Amino acid sequence: MWLHFHHQADIGIRGIGNTLAEAFREGAMALMAVICTPENVEPAEQIQIQCQADEKDLLFADWINALIYEMDVRKMLFSRFEVHFDNHQLSAKVWGEKADPDKHELAVEVKAATFMELKVYENDRHQWIAQCVVDV
Amino acid sequence: MDRKLVKRRGDTKWLVERSGRMNVDGVIFGSEQLIHEMDDMVVQQVRNVASLPGIVEGSFAMPDAHWGYGFCIGGVAAFDAEADGVISAGGVGFDIACGVRTLHTGLKAEDILPIREKIADALFHTIPAGVGSTGKLRLSVAKLDEVLQGGAQWAVENGYGEKDDLRFIEAGGCISGADPSQVSEQAKKRQLDEMGTLGSGNHYLEIQKVVEIYDTEAAAAFGIEEGDIKISIHCGSRGLGHQIGTDFLKRMTTDAKKHGLELPERELACAPLNSALGQSYLGAMRSGINCALANRQILMHLVRQVIADVAPQADIRLLYDVSHNTCQQEQHTVGGKQKKLFVHRKGATRAWGPGHDELPAEYRKIGQPVLIGGTMGTASYILVGTIQSERMAFGSACHGAGRNMSRRTATKKWNGKEVVGRLASQGILIRSRSLRGIAEEAPGAYKDVSEVVEATHQAGLAHKVAKLVPLVCVKG
Repeated sequence: MWLHFHHQADIGIRGIGNTLAEAFREGAMALMAVICTPENVEPAEQIQIQCQADEKDLLFADWINALIYEMDVRKMLFSRFEVHFDNHQLSAKVWGEKADPDKHELAVEVKAATFMELKVYENDRHQWIAQCVVDV
Repeated sequence: MDRKLVKRRGDTKWLVERSGRMNVDGVIFGSEQLIHEMDDMVVQQVRNVASLPGIVEGSFAMPDAHWGYGFCIGGVAAFDAEADGVISAGGVGFDIACGVRTLHTGLKAEDILPIREKIADALFHTIPAGVGSTGKLRLSVAKLDEVLQGGAQWAVENGYGEKDDLRFIEAGGCISGADPSQVSEQAKKRQLDEMGTLGSGNHYLEIQKVVEIYDTEAAAAFGIEEGDIKISIHCGSRGLGHQIGTDFLKRMTTDAKKHGLELPERELACAPLNSALGQSYLGAMRSGINCALANRQILMHLVRQVIADVAPQADIRLLYDVSHNTCQQEQHTVGGKQKKLFVHRKGATRAWGPGHDELPAEYRKIGQPVLIGGTMGTASYILVGTIQSERMAFGSACHGAGRNMSRRTATKKWNGKEVVGRLASQGILIRSRSLRGIAEEAPGAYKDVSEVVEATHQAGLAHKVAKLVPLVCVKG
């Protein structure tokens, strides 16, 4: 499950899952929903993403920033994510297709993941939460 | 805002008294109404900035201040390298040297009105805008390094504009001290096909009509008359700037302890000016400034081509180009002494008063044009910098309206098609590939820019010269 949370100038993305990997995956979906309508993005092409950080929250910011980078350089949008962790390292398979303004209802570019409201934690219902505000 | 957090020191000046870890006082400029509407977090962020080492005089917030990352948007702070001062990636932001460029057209409203649709379509067709858009220019990394060193000067030398344009850009269109070797490969890769693109979000290209003159002398010096058609471009350093911000925010956060810095919040990531990391950021950030200056120069060139086709009698010249997300090395008088300071303006415009030697000869007696963008449906303003502003806040003024509503709330409240229709009935043509983007950027999602400009004028940070309203708006 993912959702957007309120921030005056920008927008907060939050991924919620039973595992850390699920929360990161859903956080990525929340990012995509800021930019476009992810349901319209076909998982036609696959790329790999790897990032590393000592702390879980910094790793989430790195993950979101890696997606932003790949979208920008490849002019792609993504809709399917497989995330794996090995200690402080994240490796992911990500599927998507070239951005198309007519097909994907593009709204706005995301400049970066910020450290604002950046949190990764397990709540008392044993759900993992991964979130931050993104700059648009 | 909780009024107990500030003490009134005049009609438009509010003091955040020095306490705790603050090294200087905080000062927020704004009308009673703007202060009332301002988020408490602005005060917290003004206090946090005041606690950074080497800060000089005060931690300032402009009348359009709102909750930002580390610095508030509208934050201004100067640091002295000789007093262990810092430079902050959060104090510049992700869109390095985002700014406004306003062009003369030599046209009057009556010249434009019959061909407005044609111009709107031609601009929309030619100016790359929106998510995933690319420019016509394809650069190698080596060529991009030349752009990062040369800024708008590179653009003009390579056929994008005229030499005289450069006189009307801050620093003559090229910031010295840029060091492209400090810019990551990733940042460069993001920019190879993004030169000459507008971007999305609050970035725009507008055809505007001058509807009111407040200061005839300054207006005459700037070449502004009622009924004139001007064109304004609002955009920044695109993917390159965003990546420089991302790269250095992380490095400055992780290295803070090594530099003996206790950050009140991670977004306030900074490094001593006299450190390898501080100097590395300075070289990269200046490259980002030059990237933005070149980008706006290329966009101006595209506008020139479009207008030459559609309205051959037009004469496109540059009124001024000013960035509002920067850290610049400047000379200021502090305690009667001249000091070299590094002035951060995060969502704030430089506003030199009369006599400043960086101004082009035409404006030197009057002061610097301060270009304030509005929304698709409201006015923009041209102001002029003041001597008082140089004394009050290192020569700084507001930069725009600032949002008062989240994007999500805006899309729930408005429908893009309806917004376009409503604006058309008011005589404003919108061209955009994204109806959702239009809803998110609906004029009602922003604060009243007139209130911000009025407070800026009353505070003496900059004085009103002219009001412009949009006729055509191209959005990403």
